[in-house]
Amino acid sequence: MTDTLSTAVSHELDENALLEAYRTMRTIRAFEERLHDEFATGEIPGFVHLYAGEEASATGVCAHLDGRDSIASTHRGHGHCIAKGVDVKAMMAEIYGKKTGSCHGKGGSMHIADLSKGMLGANGIVGGGPPLICGTALAAKQRGTGGVGVAFFGDGASNQGTTLESLNLASVWNLPAIFVAENNGYAEATSSSWSVAADNIADRAAGFGMPGVIVDGFDFFAVHEAAGEAVQRAREGGGPTLIEVKFTRYFGHFEGDQQTYRAKEVAEARAKLDCLKRFRARVTETGQVDAARLDAIDTQVADLIDAAVEEAKAAPKPTAADLETDVYVSY
Amino acid sequence: MNDAIRKVVMPKWGLSMTSGKITEWIVAEGEEVSDGDDLAEIDTDKIAGTLESADAGVLRRVVADVNEDVPVGATIALIAPADVPDSEIEEAARLAREELESGAVEEAAGPVTGTVTVDGRSLAYATLGDGAEVVVLVHGYGGDKNSWLFVQEPLADGRTVHALDLPGHGESAKDVGDGSLDTLAGAVLGFLEQRGIERAHLVGHSLGGAVVTAAAVADPARVASLTLVAPAGVGPDVNAEYLRGFAEATSRRELKPHLGALFADPAQVTRQLADDLMKYKRLDGVDKALRTLLGTLLDGDAPALDVVPLLAKAELPVTVVWGSDDAVLPVSNARSLPDPDAVHVVEGAGHMVHMEKPNALVAVVSEKRR
Amino acid sequence: MARTISYREALNEALAQEMERDESVIVLGEDNAGGAGSPGEDDAWGGVLGVTKGLYHRFPGRVLDTPISESAFVGAAIGAATRGLRPVAELMFIDFMGVCFDQIFNQAAKFRYMFGGKAETPVVIRTMYGAGLRAAAQHSQALYPIFTHIPGLKVVVPSSPYEAKGLMIQSIRDSDPVIFCEHKAMYDTTGDVPEDSYTIPFGEANVVRDGDDVTVVAIGRMVSVAEEAARELSTSGIEVEIIDPRTTSPLDEETILESVENTGRLVVVDEATPRCNLATDISALVAKEAFGSLRAPIEMVTAPHTPVPFSDALEDLYIPDAQRVANAVKSVAGWTR
Repeated sequence: MTDTLSTAVSHELDENALLEAYRTMRTIRAFEERLHDEFATGEIPGFVHLYAGEEASATGVCAHLDGRDSIASTHRGHGHCIAKGVDVKAMMAEIYGKKTGSCHGKGGSMHIADLSKGMLGANGIVGGGPPLICGTALAAKQRGTGGVGVAFFGDGASNQGTTLESLNLASVWNLPAIFVAENNGYAEATSSSWSVAADNIADRAAGFGMPGVIVDGFDFFAVHEAAGEAVQRAREGGGPTLIEVKFTRYFGHFEGDQQTYRAKEVAEARAKLDCLKRFRARVTETGQVDAARLDAIDTQVADLIDAAVEEAKAAPKPTAADLETDVYVSY
Repeated sequence: MNDAIRKVVMPKWGLSMTSGKITEWIVAEGEEVSDGDDLAEIDTDKIAGTLESADAGVLRRVVADVNEDVPVGATIALIAPADVPDSEIEEAARLAREELESGAVEEAAGPVTGTVTVDGRSLAYATLGDGAEVVVLVHGYGGDKNSWLFVQEPLADGRTVHALDLPGHGESAKDVGDGSLDTLAGAVLGFLEQRGIERAHLVGHSLGGAVVTAAAVADPARVASLTLVAPAGVGPDVNAEYLRGFAEATSRRELKPHLGALFADPAQVTRQLADDLMKYKRLDGVDKALRTLLGTLLDGDAPALDVVPLLAKAELPVTVVWGSDDAVLPVSNARSLPDPDAVHVVEGAGHMVHMEKPNALVAVVSEKRR
Repeated sequence: MARTISYREALNEALAQEMERDESVIVLGEDNAGGAGSPGEDDAWGGVLGVTKGLYHRFPGRVLDTPISESAFVGAAIGAATRGLRPVAELMFIDFMGVCFDQIFNQAAKFRYMFGGKAETPVVIRTMYGAGLRAAAQHSQALYPIFTHIPGLKVVVPSSPYEAKGLMIQSIRDSDPVIFCEHKAMYDTTGDVPEDSYTIPFGEANVVRDGDDVTVVAIGRMVSVAEEAARELSTSGIEVEIIDPRTTSPLDEETILESVENTGRLVVVDEATPRCNLATDISALVAKEAFGSLRAPIEMVTAPHTPVPFSDALEDLYIPDAQRVANAVKSVAGWTR
């Protein structure tokens, strides 16, 4: 039931699509690396969980999605937000706790959301998202929109009852849902090779009567292809898919994590496996994209992030008048 | 039993009333009473009211005690001339008491309810009595057929009396269309047609007064007479604040202060009245109906209706009854009538004359028919 | 037209009328139809106690049976509510909140605030509460105080068939998450209910009975218990004012305070266990806001601080009854400094 996809060149992507994918991955990387630096200055409040290293997953999946579709995310949600089109400046302001933020400073890094973009939020509860995605997929099915729901979750959440119940329900109801298990090797400080009592998370798909796929999470094209098949199957009424994306996160579980539990895999991954490097090498070697165009994107993204941080720092904080609003639609 | 001994029975005020409790005997045993005198205060789970005497004589015996739960139709007192021997009264009281205690009281037949469909709208009505003469009662803004509960039963003596729910009210459809007088009058005429009533006496209260006037002008052959109780569309004054307050209130707390304008006696504004009105106002479509009809009634703070020209045109007997203390449509409006002297002013009554002083209205309607 | 129907029928009618009116309303839960995938009847149960019976055939494709998997389907109802549906999910017994509470209190309740006021989650979670059916410790609790504690949830505890229908329709039309608590011992209770659709607004208490001597605030099924006590007390000259808050969140503080300002005496009757329940909450409110009006200590009539027992001998002692309410009222009515 479980297939391992080899690295495959996708022929579906034209130059514009490739540039867009690169821009998304580069934006996530720049966003997260900048946050890593800014967090160290002490100016960012609370907990921040960075997605650097995992860009190909959010980008490869969300490339197939549109306004009909919704996603649920995790603690490590910035990348999913950016890939689903949430405004980067509003995200930065949110992480700084500012009134101009995506959630007016009431959510923060762990709850960034933009429902108008079908982004149901980063989630502070491990395993919080999969049941919600059963619901968004159900809504799409009932309303006949052709939309799909995608639940991103980590290897930690793969052991939560909510996730396993959701896999079952999605299959029982034949929902247009895609479950993307982002296995970065660690749930907090606990290794997934220890905590997941199966060889692969994707192996569990068989138990729920749905296809399970394992992909190399550093390879944008592999993710893109697997997600494309799953999304197409879902849209056509073929039901849910479980995709396990395997990779390494570049930073700690949260900013400030000393990561004493880890070996040296990060430096090696960054050097040899990095999704951005591989993407650039691939598309320039095949002549699909001119390197200069990628360089231009790098510059534009750096400028965007600079501006986002500058504006976020300058933006006003919410005030006492905001404390008790937005609890209910009607009081 | 001696025919001179008249039974006073627990009245049936409204469809759901099955029993009542006397909270006070206003007349004591041995006292003389006249037709229309207040006899007792009666409380039900729905409404509190005053029972008026339908006979003249001496209140010879009180059968039901204060605070005793008495089924509708049961004898609660005996009225007889002073010359009826005590022994006969004693015997009649004993039988009445036995009947009450055995629970074998035959419940007085309540109104029969039904619906007709006019212009695609379902209209509800309640009918009492089976006389050849037909009376149709049409309530006012925000009211319903149950507002006639104190007068429908006495009027039904020898007549067929229908109480109608106008569109947007009671148990009728809540769609009022354009809410115009013509639309509402069309509902009344449609009811008569559907029920095969060739000719009826129309009694209308407040907005209902304007409605029955318009109906009489639209189809004079069907209308035998008009009785207008504090009619809308007569005179220059209207309590716009009350009307808007009633339409806009969304809770009992908001509504209750406005209801005081309806009665001369503020004690008539019970929690139950406010609760029942809120139950009505919560129904889907009522809010829209009331707001639409507000436009029929009001032009700014002034009345939007004028039925005086219609009354001048109507060639049929018209009687007008008005409460002296009406705080919604003041009795001074009556000066605008073609024949202001023909108005029966009921002293001590507010806008809801038929609830506060029912017998005065019954007397006027009955007199006219005899 | 008003006719006499049961609490169960009132709820069924409310659901049917809203499904008729708005096709985004769906119903889901364990055996809400009953018989999914089985060889026999499709609408075998209509919910374990029959509240949703008949909806399955009347609204094809809109009554969904679920696996026994509360986290997934309650969460799915919540997720669907963010994407254009108005789901009514049945969490069969309120006791089962334990297996899906995260989806309710960390997800649904918080979306709007966490997301800066940009989320609407119009989900209704219907659930049965309450003791009296000898259903023992895990099927009998009155856990509405736990939901009442959570900002972002609205909590409804209807006390009669009339209240049940109007509050259910309001719940479905409301755009916030609503926990709708049905007392399982009341399903066969009957009362007058209009046939037309109607709504009862949240946060507006019902003054069930007027009285000048003692204010009794009673929740859900305890309203009828308080009424029984009030009838008895009336014969001994004590007139009780009974207030049914209808919704414990939002709570109509004003009506309670106004009443206590008149009576000066308060008894709160709450089927929940006594720590941090509605009785303590309302008592604290009155002690803080109407201290000057109080002429006697506040009395609370609640369940004991125990799980719900099984044996009828014990369960009958557990549930507040009219005698306990009457005793509490007498004690505050007779209290003088």
